[in-house]
Amino acid sequence: MTGKARSHIVQDEPLVFEISAPGKRGCQLPPLDVPAVDAAEVLGAANVRREIEGFPELSEVEVVRHFTRLSTWNYAIDLGMYPLGSCTMKYNPRANEAAASVEGLLWAHPYQPEETVQGCLEIMARLERALAEITGMDAVSLQPAAGAHGELSGILLIRALLASRGNPRRKILIPDSAHGTNPATAAIAGYEVENIRSNERGMIDIEAFPSLVTEDVAALMITNPNTLGVFEVNIARIAEILHSKGALLYMDGANMNALVGITRPGDAGVDVLHLNLHKTFSTPHGGGGPGSGPVAVKKELEPFLPKPRLKQVNGQWRWDYDRPQSIGRVRAFYGNFGVLVRALAYIMACGPEGLRAATVDAVLNSNYVRKKLEPYYDLPHKEPSMHECVFSDRRQARHGVRTMDIAKRLIDYGFHPYTVAFPLIVPGALMIEPTESESLRELDLFIEAMIAIAREAEENPELVRTAPHTTRTSRVDEVTAARKPILRWRPER
Amino acid sequence: MRFLPKSDAERRQMLEALGLESVEELFAQIPPELRLGRPLALEPGRSEFEVLEFMRACGRQNKTGLPCFLGAGAYYHYRPVVVETLASRGEFLTAYTPYQAEISQGLLTAIFEFQTMICQLTGMDVANASMYDGSTAMAEAALMARRITGREHVVVAASVHPEYREVLRTYAHNQAIRIREAPYDPESGAVNVRAAASLLDDNTAALIIQSPNFFGVVEPLGELAEAAHAAGALLIHAFSEAVSLGLLAPCEQADIVAGELQSFALPPSYGGPYAGVIATREKFVRQLPGRLVGQTTDTRGNRAFCLTLATREQHIRREKATSNICTNQALVALMATIFMTAYGKQGLRELAEQNLAKAHYLAARLPLRFRGPFFNEFVVRCEAQPPEAINRALAGRNIIGGLPLGRFYPELSDCMLLCVTEMIRREDMDRVAEVFQPGGAA
Repeated sequence: MTGKARSHIVQDEPLVFEISAPGKRGCQLPPLDVPAVDAAEVLGAANVRREIEGFPELSEVEVVRHFTRLSTWNYAIDLGMYPLGSCTMKYNPRANEAAASVEGLLWAHPYQPEETVQGCLEIMARLERALAEITGMDAVSLQPAAGAHGELSGILLIRALLASRGNPRRKILIPDSAHGTNPATAAIAGYEVENIRSNERGMIDIEAFPSLVTEDVAALMITNPNTLGVFEVNIARIAEILHSKGALLYMDGANMNALVGITRPGDAGVDVLHLNLHKTFSTPHGGGGPGSGPVAVKKELEPFLPKPRLKQVNGQWRWDYDRPQSIGRVRAFYGNFGVLVRALAYIMACGPEGLRAATVDAVLNSNYVRKKLEPYYDLPHKEPSMHECVFSDRRQARHGVRTMDIAKRLIDYGFHPYTVAFPLIVPGALMIEPTESESLRELDLFIEAMIAIAREAEENPELVRTAPHTTRTSRVDEVTAARKPILRWRPER
Repeated sequence: MRFLPKSDAERRQMLEALGLESVEELFAQIPPELRLGRPLALEPGRSEFEVLEFMRACGRQNKTGLPCFLGAGAYYHYRPVVVETLASRGEFLTAYTPYQAEISQGLLTAIFEFQTMICQLTGMDVANASMYDGSTAMAEAALMARRITGREHVVVAASVHPEYREVLRTYAHNQAIRIREAPYDPESGAVNVRAAASLLDDNTAALIIQSPNFFGVVEPLGELAEAAHAAGALLIHAFSEAVSLGLLAPCEQADIVAGELQSFALPPSYGGPYAGVIATREKFVRQLPGRLVGQTTDTRGNRAFCLTLATREQHIRREKATSNICTNQALVALMATIFMTAYGKQGLRELAEQNLAKAHYLAARLPLRFRGPFFNEFVVRCEAQPPEAINRALAGRNIIGGLPLGRFYPELSDCMLLCVTEMIRREDMDRVAEVFQPGGAA
């Protein structure tokens, strides 16, 4: 084993329901300073509930121990490298958490009069401007709550623009390398999905492309760099072809961290783009959210952006609800404000040089890993890599070891797995994205671990197939979980 | 750059390993005409100290820290210190979605507890691992009802949060879903059951009711469920004030419950991040959007948890998925789990009872617009002067008043919605009551 991980004692802990005891509590309210009311009298007896059966009853110290013990069963970016391709698990600066915890921001109510929340609005306006500059787009809405929500907003914008021109059209083209959210989004926006095949270089086939853009096509959803980590070199040409046929170019900005400060989607002809602030702009994933998925557009799409929009009136920020062409709201209030604060804090801390340096290091790291692992793992696509590289398990599969097994074995070496079996166009994919946050030492340890596993796959495939061996929980039976779903705790009878 | 862990010598060493002279060569595949060729026009990078100074200055530009009577989907509740302490542990904060179950048992266990507590509170059989917020949860619940019933249209109560209804319209717009609004009774402030029933037909997928509704009024959910079921439609119970679940009886006949958990997790935070949730009956679980955590075992036979029933989701089913949702609000759901555990069975009820008592204390001193039973929000008629004038007078007394309703309900332009939580002191309510007195706003 390499020098990253050793096992240590981990506390066991039952579920909260199993350690509850009647009468215990972890929180005390101040005395009521008004007369108590009889709930049954003011609400009607039928509207008042009986006690909440099974609800936890724990003291404060038990609450603290419970969740602290649980936390030690998690891997996290604070512990080490998280090479999840496409997910961009980069360092989450703690100062951003402090910024989002500023009391005057945290306790602002979304319906306070605008003149009493100028600080919040200033933060949002600055972030809109910064994201427009970074992407080369004209206008930004911060309302969408996550990447897929930004996608939905973006496709609704395209639909609204085309409808205003007389025909929303029927189809969205999506490359076979795309994230699953892209086709799911198109379907929710009322479009048919036409999957288009990547060429042998893992890119859109520019020769075949024009014939795919029929009168029915509303837009192409492209991810750039794509999920192979390859820059779509023909992006500007693709945009021209679409525009010449009255269609639009949507870019999934999930991989924007490979481009910041180097090239701007807006300059390549992209019409609509969403960003994932929890990827490129360092806000924490929190175990799967909250994220934030701002949508950025060119001028002609601006009238359709979700409402309300920020506008400045006599030097003060105001919400403009008078947006007759808007697609409407995509959520209540204005966006995941706390996430926006963190993203702006990150952009301010980095500045133009820091943002570009982060991109450079992310691409450097991915190319370094690729170079060092190429002798040991099959690299199906040889195009230059941007921020991530994709291997396949072809060589290891000969010994019965698949990408999931290698991923699980990586856990024993102290690393979180890479992204497994995605993109779908690479059978048995190992998708590795180191991000800029890894030191040379951490990268070398990762490479060492991957090489060791490649050797194990040949010499002792069973060891890899049954991994992980050192975790508190061994390999989990996901098949039974799906076949006989147990989705909540119930008391034993 | 303090976030980047490499020295220049190390960078050179890595470039050498790659056989490259400079980092620019890493981007050689990008056509030159697409390269930016100038620094981004942003302010230079700043120290941590400077960034935080800026944010604190923004915080000071806001008026907060005052008694505030706003609710309407975002509530001021006391949040035990342990919620932040525990949820901000790096192992929770900086983890990814728990696809790798063996090293994600901490969050998976907490989410399983979350799903269980939501079921206990709502009386449902299953709950998902969270949605973006209450408004999108409600919209997704409507799409879910459509898949379950195979019917096209929905009826939504006009007493549902206006912004939730706007989101529903956005989601429904391109799916050919017709939305009809059931009026509220101008006396009670609750949905008019007969009027709602008359809008239901054999192509109605669901009747959507918020309770307590936007006016704070508790809706007759049982009667409305009967009306929905009589027409073969589902009843969706939406809620925006989770604390009400501590005291109000869950609707046993509801088919889907969709709500907002901000009250359990975070301060109002200028509108987000919050967390929505959808709970439903066991028989509808395959149509539920969003992630689900299930119990299973590991190879050693120990109890373990993992994400499950993924065949509903976009990364497996792509355009045939139940929803496009991927990232949800896991950390906020974790905060809600810690909050619910800390308050516990008795504490949550007491919290709800304090809200009820305080709201009724103030309501008893003001001219109420509606007669229906209410929880911690109520609509007040502003008889002597318009709502905006009252709010200005309150602002002058360092109190943030209620929400003038004319913006959402033109017929209620002489009314405001007030919310009273456990955070409001009696003295402040007395000051509000004074302002409502004839001449009190002067």
